[in-house]
Amino acid sequence: MSAHSQNSTQSTRLAHGGRIDRSRTLQFSFDGKVMQAHPGDTLASALIANGVHLVGRSFKYHRPRGILTAGSEEPNALVGVYRHGDQTPNLRATQVEVYEGLMAISQNRYPSLDFDVGAINDVLSPLFPAGFYYKTFMWPKAFWDKVYEPVIRAAAGLGKPPKLADPDHYANLYAHCDVLVIGSGPAGLAAALSASETGARVILCDEQAEMGGSLLSETGSTIEGLPAADWVAATLATLAQRDNVTLLPRTTAFGYFVQNFIALAERVTDHLAQPDANLPRERMWQVRARQVVIAAGAHERPMVFPENDRPGILLASAGRTYLNRYGAAAGRRVLVTTACDSAWAAAFDLADAGVEVVAIADMRATPPEPLREAAARRGIRVEAACVVTGTSGRLRVSKAMLGRLRNDGSVVSAGDVTCDAILMSSGWTPSVSLYSQSRGKVVWNAEHEAFLPGASVQRERSAGSCRGVNGLAAVLEDGYAAGEQAAEAATGAARKGGRLTATGGEASTGGYLGALPHDRNAGRVKAFVDYQNDVTAKDVQLAVREGMMSIEHIKRYTTTGMATDQGRLSNMNALAIASGALGAPLPQVGLTTFRLPYSPTTFGTFAGSSRGDAFDPVRRTPSHDWVVAKGGVFEDVGQWKRTWYFPQGSEDMHAAVARECRVTRQSVGQFDASTLGKIEVVGKDAAEFLERFYTNPWKGLKPGRCRYAVLLNEAGYIIDDGVVGRLADDRFHVTTTTGGAARVFAMMEDFLQTEWPDLDVWITSTTEQYAVIAVQGPKAREVIAPFVEGIDLSNAAFPHMSVASGRFAGLPCRLFRVSFTGELGFEVNVPARHGAKVWELINAEVVKQGGCVYGTETMHVLRAEKGYIIIGQETDGTVTPDDAGLDWAIGKKKFDFVGKRSLSRPDLVAKGRKQVVGLLPVDPKQMLEEGAQITAEANPAKGTPALGHVTSAYWSEALGRTIALAIVKDGRARHGEVLNVPMPAGAVPVKVVDPVMYDPEGTRLNG
Amino acid sequence: MLLISCPYCGVERPETEFRYGGEAHIARPADPSQLNDEEWAQFLYMRTNTRGLYAERWRHAHGCGRFFNAVRDTVSDKFVCTYKAGEPKPDLDALARASQEKDAR
Repeated sequence: MSAHSQNSTQSTRLAHGGRIDRSRTLQFSFDGKVMQAHPGDTLASALIANGVHLVGRSFKYHRPRGILTAGSEEPNALVGVYRHGDQTPNLRATQVEVYEGLMAISQNRYPSLDFDVGAINDVLSPLFPAGFYYKTFMWPKAFWDKVYEPVIRAAAGLGKPPKLADPDHYANLYAHCDVLVIGSGPAGLAAALSASETGARVILCDEQAEMGGSLLSETGSTIEGLPAADWVAATLATLAQRDNVTLLPRTTAFGYFVQNFIALAERVTDHLAQPDANLPRERMWQVRARQVVIAAGAHERPMVFPENDRPGILLASAGRTYLNRYGAAAGRRVLVTTACDSAWAAAFDLADAGVEVVAIADMRATPPEPLREAAARRGIRVEAACVVTGTSGRLRVSKAMLGRLRNDGSVVSAGDVTCDAILMSSGWTPSVSLYSQSRGKVVWNAEHEAFLPGASVQRERSAGSCRGVNGLAAVLEDGYAAGEQAAEAATGAARKGGRLTATGGEASTGGYLGALPHDRNAGRVKAFVDYQNDVTAKDVQLAVREGMMSIEHIKRYTTTGMATDQGRLSNMNALAIASGALGAPLPQVGLTTFRLPYSPTTFGTFAGSSRGDAFDPVRRTPSHDWVVAKGGVFEDVGQWKRTWYFPQGSEDMHAAVARECRVTRQSVGQFDASTLGKIEVVGKDAAEFLERFYTNPWKGLKPGRCRYAVLLNEAGYIIDDGVVGRLADDRFHVTTTTGGAARVFAMMEDFLQTEWPDLDVWITSTTEQYAVIAVQGPKAREVIAPFVEGIDLSNAAFPHMSVASGRFAGLPCRLFRVSFTGELGFEVNVPARHGAKVWELINAEVVKQGGCVYGTETMHVLRAEKGYIIIGQETDGTVTPDDAGLDWAIGKKKFDFVGKRSLSRPDLVAKGRKQVVGLLPVDPKQMLEEGAQITAEANPAKGTPALGHVTSAYWSEALGRTIALAIVKDGRARHGEVLNVPMPAGAVPVKVVDPVMYDPEGTRLNG
Repeated sequence: MLLISCPYCGVERPETEFRYGGEAHIARPADPSQLNDEEWAQFLYMRTNTRGLYAERWRHAHGCGRFFNAVRDTVSDKFVCTYKAGEPKPDLDALARASQEKDAR
């Protein structure tokens, strides 16, 4: 072997071959060490070309680990990659593409990869058997949060989370197609080719950077007379020219949902040194496909022999891929060990490239004759009936122990070989993950010794090696036919019946499931089944001995198959070991369920643009800009931005709210109530409809009058309230709570459409059509009078609970005389587009009258002083009108209304219900906490049920003391009683009072 | 994400346009006061909650706004049919048999 150049760091890069661009050399760093690579390299292939195999420490035992695979199933080579000044953890080096300046770091080691103190766990491993968490950390309970969990979190685990907010953006798009082909190996390419030939709209996606799958690592095979890789290039060019084809490389189909809805994650910029800032980092494609062809291929299984996890030990197909696709040799002296044919091709390709293959150890007694001949031609030593029984080498494999398999199944030593790499293969496992996600049931196939897709549950078909088809020609034929059939099923296009010719790529025979026999002390050696979770063959056997019968239990007890590859590497070996230990046939042990995502998918991809300001729509009221300019403080109420309070000068919230309350009660306050839900109810039967819908009687309400309205659900509990004004015989203006607007509207629609379709009523949401400005206080009339035309504002003509249409500042207006403060009050409804202007006009008058603007906090205080409830604060879905003291709002004589029948249910009329009361803390400065429980005694015995809880608590400026509302068992009968609110600092004594704590006669209201 | 066919619009739309409305064909009693507590509790709370085909209400909330009914298989999540409010409840047993026969073919 010859190095690329004397100055290169690429010690094991071959002089020729591979699909990398040798005309350019890139610099990258790994753990600070600068190395060289070429465009086309992955981080894994570049490291291997630089002779680096040690890339991480294992999860539990901190064992040195190397690159095992060349794909997304990689369990060991998880790295952090720096970008935008922060690092993204847990990226698979086999998927990270090298660009100029790439900075990557290893994970799960301290202080360094070569010397890691956590490796003590490996020595102490007898202390960490399977199920160790369940056995060890049971007691005492408090130790879990404080001691065990933090220590384990720090010692185990993968990479560190990034510290900064994700600076990238992500996109989300929808697509429809006739045929979605997942995987671009021989089956997928053939399927995309034949499907698109019919004119069907085809999307072809593949998780790798370059399409072609296994064909990119092939040597010696031809398709349609072209070398395999050339056929790939020609086919991709053909597909790219077709308008009906979308090619998506670097795109993982990670989720298969019902009705052929498939989620794809496309990595757009991670491979670029300087990506266009306008490009998203990743795109989530949500594809609705008429037909799906799954061409996911097969995964090679590791061999489960003792110490099978040293750096330098790779899957045979990965070694072949690094050689043929990247021109990187896995080592200088390579041992190939296998139970099947395909690994021999890796040995031959290495030998042909000038790498020393020290031996092929095949566990079969008689490997196929043609393979042995081909090995003999190359002078490769072949050991049949031979297994690896152990390895040595601290940070890289340096020696393998061989063992001879005897007829009785025992193993005797067959000597050692020195090597710096081992390529291994136990055979191939069809990738049934996506089929399984589509809710298909896999079926055990004894001939293939594999679970294969059974019947299709959705409109999909598997093609190629993912359904057990073996050999290049057969796979191409299967893929081609699948593409044609899918296109025909999707569009009705007739099949053309073409086919592709191929040579080479013969079917691979052989294979082995489970742990290999060996002559070592079984209690002391570690043969890894699941690399990422550090699960050994011994752990699986222990789980069975401890009573785990099903693979689902074994999986959770040992964590085998719970790695990020969801057991694609480990499941079949684990199953076979469990099956042997249980003495039950393998299919009887069962297969765990594959779930989405197929491989780890970033949160960013799921979130897409739903972050920051774009996370949720923001609804702003007409006064918004004015409030911003005046320094008002907002709070979020659902999607609305409502003004919370208006601090002046150095006021804090308490001072501002106290002032707003005082000024409003003394002179006048102005409040933006535009968020109230508003529904126009119109029609001949409008009154009849409201009669049936709300608790109150409506038929007797005269035009020009309003009424407080209570809405129940059918179970009799309060769910909304508001004010309903009658504008004409057949027209009502209904208001709802801010949060209940959409819900009440939908409920009205429900009853009108499904229960009472005979009523002549139509409803329209007018919430956003009106700006609503509340003017409340003794000077309210003076404030609005200058603007009002056509409405007599006198008490006699326009008393409390009136409504009228007129003009306000020349604009059409609906004026309500209503109050949520207990003061004389008006609500001015003008078209929303004029809201900002009217707000300012009114404010000028408010200022003249010595008034102020107030926010939601003051609104809450003023209404609480008057005992007015707020839906969702005093009510929680279990409060009846009687509980809330709203019995007066019930039209008891009405024939029916929603919830009426429930009001006589036994438990709703039972004694001892919780009722709304006012609370006055005995210490008038003592503020209660909302949600605090209420008890009779100051120090109740443990287990004493609470009598109720505090629902609202405020400083009342008008009363010069703290107040609260609460719901308390038999509350109305307790007026005058002193109860307790137990708090951590001691119980707070409170006096139960009527909820109307201010102006109980209501004289101010009628001023 | 499910695709649901709105019988009023005559088109399939993603489920995000729709709102679920519970079991279908439970008529509100014409005079609830005539029901005893047990009967009223039945109306309020008891639902068949079938494993298999289930007639249920949906609303095309972000489309035409209409309430309609659908037969859905609660095991597979498949919609068997949708139909307008007021139309009679389909024979679920017959639909289940037809669906089984279709699968068997």
